[in-house]
Amino acid sequence: MQTLATSVPGLSALATSGDAGVAHNATGVASVGWLIIALPLLGAAILLIGGRRTDKFGPYLAVALSWAAFVVGLLLIIQVHGLNSGDRAFHKHLFSWIPTGGFNLDFGLLMDPLSLAFVMLITFVGSLILVYSLGYMAHDPDRRKFFAYMNLFIASMLTLVLADSYLGLFVGWEGVGLASYLLIGFWNYNPEFASAANKAFFSNRVGDFGFLLAIFFMFSAFGRVDFAGVDAAVPGTGKGTLIGIGLFLLLAACGKSAQAPLQAWLGDAMAGPTPVSALIHAATMVTAGVYLIVRSHVIFDATPDARLAVCIVGAFTLMFGAIVGCAKDDLKKALAASTMSQIGYMVLAAGLGPVGYVFAIFHLLTHGFFKAGLFLGSGSVMHAMNDTINMRRFGGLWWIMKVTWVTFGLGFLAIIGFPGLSGFWSKDKIIEMAFVGSGWRPWVFGLTALIAAGITAFYMTRLFIMTFHSNPRWEKPEFDPHEAPMTMKVPMIVLALGSAFLGLILGPTNIITNWLEPVVGRQEGHAVLSAPVLMILTFVLMVAGIWWAWRLYWVEVPVTPPVGTPLTRLARRDLGQDDFNEAAFQRPGLHLTRALVFADNRGVDGAVGGLAAFIGGTAERLRRLQNGFVRSYALTMLVGVVAILGVLLVVQ
Amino acid sequence: MAADSFVQAHIDYGAVAPMLIVFGTAMVGILVEAFVPRASRFWVQLPLAIAGMVVSLVVLVTISRGHEVITAGGAVVIDAPALMLQGTVLVLSIIALLAMAEPLGTRSPDAFTQSGASVPGSPAEANAVRLGATSTEIFPLTMFAVGGMMLFPSASNLLVVFIALEVLSLPLYILTGLARRRRLLSQEASMKYFLLGAFSSAFFIFGAALIYGFAGSLDFDAINKAIGTNGGMDGLLAPGVLLVAVGLLFKAGAVPFHSWTPDVYQGAPTPVSGFMAACTKVAAFGALLRIFYVAFESLRWTWQPVLAIVALLTMVIGAVLSVVQTDIKRLLAYSSITHAGFVLVGLIALNTVGISGTLFYLAAYGFSIIAAFALVALVRSGGTEATHLSQWAGLGKTNPLLAGTFSFLLLAFAGIPLTSGFVAKFAIFSAAVGHGATWLAVVGMAMSAVTAFVYVKVIVLMYFSEPAEGTAVVTPSALTGISVAVGTVLTLLLGIIPAPLFEMTQHSTLFLR
Repeated sequence: MQTLATSVPGLSALATSGDAGVAHNATGVASVGWLIIALPLLGAAILLIGGRRTDKFGPYLAVALSWAAFVVGLLLIIQVHGLNSGDRAFHKHLFSWIPTGGFNLDFGLLMDPLSLAFVMLITFVGSLILVYSLGYMAHDPDRRKFFAYMNLFIASMLTLVLADSYLGLFVGWEGVGLASYLLIGFWNYNPEFASAANKAFFSNRVGDFGFLLAIFFMFSAFGRVDFAGVDAAVPGTGKGTLIGIGLFLLLAACGKSAQAPLQAWLGDAMAGPTPVSALIHAATMVTAGVYLIVRSHVIFDATPDARLAVCIVGAFTLMFGAIVGCAKDDLKKALAASTMSQIGYMVLAAGLGPVGYVFAIFHLLTHGFFKAGLFLGSGSVMHAMNDTINMRRFGGLWWIMKVTWVTFGLGFLAIIGFPGLSGFWSKDKIIEMAFVGSGWRPWVFGLTALIAAGITAFYMTRLFIMTFHSNPRWEKPEFDPHEAPMTMKVPMIVLALGSAFLGLILGPTNIITNWLEPVVGRQEGHAVLSAPVLMILTFVLMVAGIWWAWRLYWVEVPVTPPVGTPLTRLARRDLGQDDFNEAAFQRPGLHLTRALVFADNRGVDGAVGGLAAFIGGTAERLRRLQNGFVRSYALTMLVGVVAILGVLLVVQ
Repeated sequence: MAADSFVQAHIDYGAVAPMLIVFGTAMVGILVEAFVPRASRFWVQLPLAIAGMVVSLVVLVTISRGHEVITAGGAVVIDAPALMLQGTVLVLSIIALLAMAEPLGTRSPDAFTQSGASVPGSPAEANAVRLGATSTEIFPLTMFAVGGMMLFPSASNLLVVFIALEVLSLPLYILTGLARRRRLLSQEASMKYFLLGAFSSAFFIFGAALIYGFAGSLDFDAINKAIGTNGGMDGLLAPGVLLVAVGLLFKAGAVPFHSWTPDVYQGAPTPVSGFMAACTKVAAFGALLRIFYVAFESLRWTWQPVLAIVALLTMVIGAVLSVVQTDIKRLLAYSSITHAGFVLVGLIALNTVGISGTLFYLAAYGFSIIAAFALVALVRSGGTEATHLSQWAGLGKTNPLLAGTFSFLLLAFAGIPLTSGFVAKFAIFSAAVGHGATWLAVVGMAMSAVTAFVYVKVIVLMYFSEPAEGTAVVTPSALTGISVAVGTVLTLLLGIIPAPLFEMTQHSTLFLR
């Protein structure tokens, strides 16, 4: 199988190597780079250990420490920026972690342009969201714990992006999973939330299973699992091994980034508090899968087959999310579907290889701003509407909540790729790159990305109109909408500014491409359709999407949802993802378990996992206990011995 | 035929002193039972037992380490793995015994019946309770078991292995039957354990006889040499190896010799379950390591696939059945079966990384499981232990400290990073990948994901459900406190800085033969 570079005539030979050379030992600010992780971690520790004594000042301390981490990150960027583009990577050895036999694993930090871009996103957006939470969570009795978990999350996420090895990345990976789990279940008086937390944990475990296998295969193939060691060893490794590692990394990315087939948890995770949705389930954690793929670019560069799988997953999910987004009436779930779809764009871009890595990260950064802004805006609406989340109960709010309306509107325009705003610069580039190549791929991936852009415009306009315009579907005494307090408004305004201008600052000036190129490499690609044609097509589809939504929803939105077409009904049920999971995994698992339980003479109550089973069960159990099943235990042993002996004799 | 003149075996007392100290303490303990008044027995027995083990550990570290020998006529070998395993058994036993001794304000261990010999519910039992009878005989019993566990992995002769097996098993059978609450369940568990244990011992001794027929000796080294040279007797060898393995795999709780584990762990006094899950496993896997790496080393290509199948079955059956458990003790029992499967994966990796990983895993798991069972013993409902999962609902609200600690231990069992469970699994599976056991590591990771689901179910139950009616957590004394604290802190420390223990296990992979 030919590599993309040789099989595509339109691909110029501008390729640069993806290696930033050897990372230098950390000096200056970089030598205290660990502070970036330590500061929020310290906050979490103080708040959790300090207990109720820290109730008063704790939240403010958490916010301050998060900003402090941002400042350290900023100083680091300034230091790094002063260097030649090839020298912008620092390595800091922290301690020796797992020595197993001839294999020593150290824990260290890698501070290069890719990780620093993430540090900026995480600390800046994260700190803004913490400020917002000061207002949003003001009346929650457990807000100290909330801020502690948020700081724990930020520290874990920073560990994830700053680690210098796959194992270190995995520590952060599990840390963000745990913090996310704690935060989804934060309002744990609601059992629905608890089940959502459970689902998220389970999906993530499947992803982690893939990640660990990838690590073990790396260990077995390369003997090392640090990025530098793995990257150096890839060229001499067999194709099969690399494809295996690539696919397992993809599975890991799917779990964390809610990509098919592990996408089911994200919608349910919206049960957590809104700032959590903004920070974890939109801006940072869910993009960790994209980071993982881009960070493993050397492996994926060497395996076009694994990259194809990445593209397919990305393209499928971006369409899946867009369709689901059209049918949701729950504001946050619609945004969650949109997140899934936008991450699909990033994964698709990452799967395109060197032509796409930079734009995957670029879209990730702009998306972090506008999606966080959209979530904070939706939180502000919920705050104003007594925690109502059903968009069919909103309408006409724009006059009452002007700041929310304007900031949300900027996020809305950014995500649909309105010319000039952030999403336009990043998403159009991905669409263009999806059309690069030859054969069927550019047409399939490119058209998927293009059409989804139109659908995005439709569902986002629908969401925007249903919330802020159209006829008001609420009554005065029951609802008394009001604008949010200052602590909530300011972060929304800052994020809206980012949604508007970040793309313009980073994109056309080539700042982002020049910044990331030394790490991930870059190729210019020529699309099968020219860039202006694509831009016009995208614009036309976007306008069509807006127009369609305007036609349907501008005048009146019924409070009870209409029956809808079969597709709408299916999309409301997330295109049957839960039915699929149940049929594919839960039922076979249940049957397997039942079969095994049947073989295991006794000991489980009839109701699997049932909590009410205890009543009356004890007496029954005690009675059954007197029956002396010891004979069947002995029989099991005997059968086991005979079976093994038989196998042994046959083999010999 | 003139009999060889009898030569007295030389015994290196420096090497075997730790075992002698433990056995000696057990003997003194029996005298204490006989001569010390009932009222003060508890506070004599407990310090005596702890002191015995601490002194033994000190001697082990200071003196025995310089005496790495094959001694007692080739019956006992004290080498680096043996010292490591004995040390692990001692440390784990100390914290397990602290939890077992928990008096809850009385002068008798709370978990144990005051009159083990009486029929449950009989006038004799009521009389014993009225007279304030104590059950301090558990201390010498435990010491005998510990002594057996120390001998088990350092025995270098199949007959001595057998003796050690019985020395460690018999006290455990009795300890299992001594629960204060739900005594019928406890006595039945004891009976089952004894019958099945006897059954497996029969397999073992039959296997040893077959091997003697093959090799003409029961010494490990002689057996290994015979495997290389003897021809024509292979029909005895393979069944012999298998049957010997059955006896040991039974103690380790591997499938299909696991059926006793859930019943016994459920019926036994809860801290005893922790003691068995931690220390018996260390001893059994220690003995397995020595037998397979020394006595049957030349036969590795025969036994490796067999053990691989056993490991596979153990991981899968343990994990899948843990999903449907509704009793916390049975859940932990099935979890311990799954962990036994993971350890087996390390054991059959056939390299020093595998040995070192196995040793690390055993220690790490031991600390966590002792603390977990010690916590289970504290949750009560209606005067008896609340072991049904429904009774654990809402513990996160009513007792955040217990629920938090227990959740952390569950996360360690699940293998979440920064707990000892992750590092241990990493060591085991990284040894297996690329050494012919890659598929086992894949299955192991999958099963570990399945069990994670089980543990999370418990955590969710504790935190996200309404508190159960009638469930209360008793406040323990410092004994349980220390036991749980040590277990939990080490679970955390071994996850963050595993290097010191790893260095120890890495230097403990060379068997003396």
